[in-house]
Amino acid sequence: MTEPTQTSPIRDEDKLDTTTSPESAQVYDPDNQDSSQEQTSSLNRWDTPWFNWKLISGIAIVGMIVLIGIFGRFLWDTELVYVGKCPLNLPPVGFENSRGQTGTWAHPFGTENSGRDMLALTIIGAPNSLLVGFVAATIGIGIGILLGFISGFIGGLTDDLIRLLAGITITVPSLLVLIIIQSLVEQIGLFTMATLLAAFAWPGPTLVIRGQVMSMRESGYVQMARLSGASPLRIMFGEIMPNLLPFLAASFIGSVSGSILAAVGLETLGLGPQRVPTLGGTLYFALEAAALLRNMWWWLGIPIFILSLIFMGFLLINLGLDEIANPRLRKATE
Amino acid sequence: MTGKLDDRITFLGRRLGVFLLTVWTSATLIFIIPRLAPGDPIAAMIARMSQQSGYVENADKIIEGWRERFGLNDPPTIQYVRYLGNLFHFDLGYSMASFPATVSVMIGRALPWTVGLSLVSILATFLIGNFVGALLAWQKTPRWIKLCIPPTMIFTSIPGMLAAVALLYIFSFQLHRWLGLSAPLFPLRGAYGRGLEPGVSWSFILSVIHHGILPVTSIVLVRFGYWALGMRGMMITVEGEDYMHLARAKGLRPFYILYRYMIRNAILPQITGLALSLGTMVGGQVLVEIIFSYPGMGTLIYTAVRNQDFPVIQGATFIIIVGTATAVLLIDLLYPLIDPRISHQGN
Amino acid sequence: MNTEASLPSSTTNLLEVKDLRVYYETPGGDVLAVDSIDFELKKGETLGLVGESGCGKSTAAMGILQLVHPPGRIVSGEVRLQGENLLTLPEGEMRQLRWTKLALIPQGAMNSLNPTMRVYRQIQDVILTHQTTGSDKPDADQIKNRILELLRMVGLPERIYQMYPHELSGGMKQRVCIAMAIALNPSLIIADESTSALDVVVQRVVAQTILRVKQMLGVSMIMIGHDMGLMAQMVDRIAVMYAGKIVEIATVGDIFNNPGHPYTQLLIESIPSLKEQKPLKVTAGLTHDPRHPPPGCIFQLRCPIVTDRCRSIAPKTHLIRAEQSVACHAYENTDVARTI
Repeated sequence: MTEPTQTSPIRDEDKLDTTTSPESAQVYDPDNQDSSQEQTSSLNRWDTPWFNWKLISGIAIVGMIVLIGIFGRFLWDTELVYVGKCPLNLPPVGFENSRGQTGTWAHPFGTENSGRDMLALTIIGAPNSLLVGFVAATIGIGIGILLGFISGFIGGLTDDLIRLLAGITITVPSLLVLIIIQSLVEQIGLFTMATLLAAFAWPGPTLVIRGQVMSMRESGYVQMARLSGASPLRIMFGEIMPNLLPFLAASFIGSVSGSILAAVGLETLGLGPQRVPTLGGTLYFALEAAALLRNMWWWLGIPIFILSLIFMGFLLINLGLDEIANPRLRKATE
Repeated sequence: MTGKLDDRITFLGRRLGVFLLTVWTSATLIFIIPRLAPGDPIAAMIARMSQQSGYVENADKIIEGWRERFGLNDPPTIQYVRYLGNLFHFDLGYSMASFPATVSVMIGRALPWTVGLSLVSILATFLIGNFVGALLAWQKTPRWIKLCIPPTMIFTSIPGMLAAVALLYIFSFQLHRWLGLSAPLFPLRGAYGRGLEPGVSWSFILSVIHHGILPVTSIVLVRFGYWALGMRGMMITVEGEDYMHLARAKGLRPFYILYRYMIRNAILPQITGLALSLGTMVGGQVLVEIIFSYPGMGTLIYTAVRNQDFPVIQGATFIIIVGTATAVLLIDLLYPLIDPRISHQGN
Repeated sequence: MNTEASLPSSTTNLLEVKDLRVYYETPGGDVLAVDSIDFELKKGETLGLVGESGCGKSTAAMGILQLVHPPGRIVSGEVRLQGENLLTLPEGEMRQLRWTKLALIPQGAMNSLNPTMRVYRQIQDVILTHQTTGSDKPDADQIKNRILELLRMVGLPERIYQMYPHELSGGMKQRVCIAMAIALNPSLIIADESTSALDVVVQRVVAQTILRVKQMLGVSMIMIGHDMGLMAQMVDRIAVMYAGKIVEIATVGDIFNNPGHPYTQLLIESIPSLKEQKPLKVTAGLTHDPRHPPPGCIFQLRCPIVTDRCRSIAPKTHLIRAEQSVACHAYENTDVARTI
């Protein structure tokens, strides 16, 4: 795919030089009606890059889902997420299913085939999906930072080896290998799956970080740090890391998104954690029970909708971060 | 000149080395992983058979016979060597679930569908995506177009599989009901209609196209936004370049500037992306295939997983990995032809 | 700003610029890049526009060419080319004038040529775009010959025809730009710092090329730059800009021998000389914030002869010799009487 946009360290563009004239006495001059310097500027102080609406709305969406997960547990009976707790096949409020039953407020999102409440599934399942992505991405970034720095700083054979490993991992279609692995394991837990996903999430960040470290290694301020006798560790964390933050952020968000994607894929194939309710798992059951044929659109639709929100949120965050790092993209839509 | 030739040979050698290493590592992994799992595939198969048809006579004998057949009685090292040797000849063994079909034959049937679907999808996504991206960035695009497009890019955030489900539901299940028609407008499954023989006939080709529309659309819908954004970014970068300034000063026609000065320059990095995408062609869109029951590699592997048909799983995965690695290798070798400024030295 | 008494009849002037203002929007306010400038250009004349970086000379050129893009905008003024006001022309008509009447030799030819087009194509597309109707329409051979002729005029070998920009050196690229500019025999060429990005040797070659072209075609030019010494050899008159305003316009001779405006004097004095040893002249004072120029004369913060009057009232332009006008209070009483 295309390279991620080259992000450069964030510049403080908004601080303009304000050397005003010492004598600012305005003298009225009848001869010189040098008129209006119209302050027609439509830009104002609020126009800092961080107030990027994309970034904010993305964070808002993801944040909302996290909040639902945290507080939903207190506001809704989460026992309903287990089999057999509710009447079967109820549609959401206001709709009617093919058997003529209407939804009730007791189960606003409807229920499914085995008596699970869809709202409870959402409350438990959505944060689980986020969690998987988060854990996988964190492990991936952790490995990425470690290997990336080592590779970039030390170079040589170690670098070649790491690069080779990363290259192979990227070439191998992760989904397939994951399918194989998980089909062989009987029961898989949420964190186990996250770890497996991390095994495929690390090459991306590693290579990006490596690239940046290599270019920064030769830059002026690092040379200065070296000259002043700073230890490699200090250079790494004191000098290079702060400048890497934009990359790390973008890479992390991408990893989270990608991991959730892979997780959902596996879950929908029935290869996810069996015991833990997940959105993808719900889809699996729905497909197995031919929900489409039985016109139970909510069974598929609600998880799909929530997942779409999640991905959309991350996409917006990513776009927002892109715009912050690359100022030209900001005002470009005319 | 010899220096350059030496560089090229070294580069070639290294890339081939990586390729072979990738292939070998994958093969070994594929060999090892299933054998690490508990359980005996033969016994599982018997269990399945007995589920279907009651008690199986002489289960022991059958198990033993099949173990012989599949060489499962030999020590692992010998199995490994034999395995590697077979791979070299592309002898991928027999399918356990669909015995006596060979894995190679099954893959041979499925692979063209995957490659075809992927190729069409990738090209369509590339063209549509970049076109939309160019439109978004060009000053002279009417405002209403610029307002309508971004909402559609929301689809990028949906995984392909989910879009597939949604499209399947709407177009194959519901649309005809809403319109009051009796038969579905779009097929539910498969690559071509039942009862049609593969061959070069109009009815077959039309049926293939008909069956292909929904899968391709699902993929294009969720992928084009990515290209559009990239192209838009490139166009914006190009817009700020000095030669654009001069082009405008020259009083050239706007469409001409768009095409010859902007798009021609903005699309170069995108071509790299296209090449990389084509590398994934062999693996295809596994999940989308499964949703549409499209008879490609994805469905093949999925069915094999459910049937615990290890030879098929291993063989198909192996072929996909080799295919992908080959594509990547070819791209690496051919890329300097596209962009003469890249030399074969180092990375 | 009040200008001097009536100008000669506008039919002898190729270009007349009146009260041109180009401002840039920024979060803190408008930057007054070009804050009311006036000048004329006669046919066949070459005017040099000099000033330090950021004084607005390039912006002025863009204003004339109508190539100002957001966040910049043309606030007011008139730019009359052979009588016609360019600023009121619709885009379509302006596009037709471009290159046929008004050409540009850009700053930084390094990137001004389309990297994916061969040299001949880039010259060709201008010819094809503007000469596609009626008897003017040339055929392929004519175009090829014309391009080769243009390359000869700028002293480039024929093999350049086929080459890609990245295969050329900086000086060659600049000369290709010159060849492009003269392709349609425009009335006016604006050369925007066309020698600034080159090393001294190549600079000389390019400068000579421009001179030769000028002599051959008799085209009027506006040359923008900051190297007074180089300018002197190439132009007839010089206009000195500071902070968006023109502070002095005079012939080359007058500028060097009798610089009027204090800023001009400082510029002349700072030119290193081979003959005498003089201390490096550093101009004292700060530049002002371009969004909030001080009331009165814009040069007040750095002027060695500033008075209180300068700080409150903006100076008018005074014609102190036949062809020298200065915007400074010091010349209040030395307007040369004008006869029509």
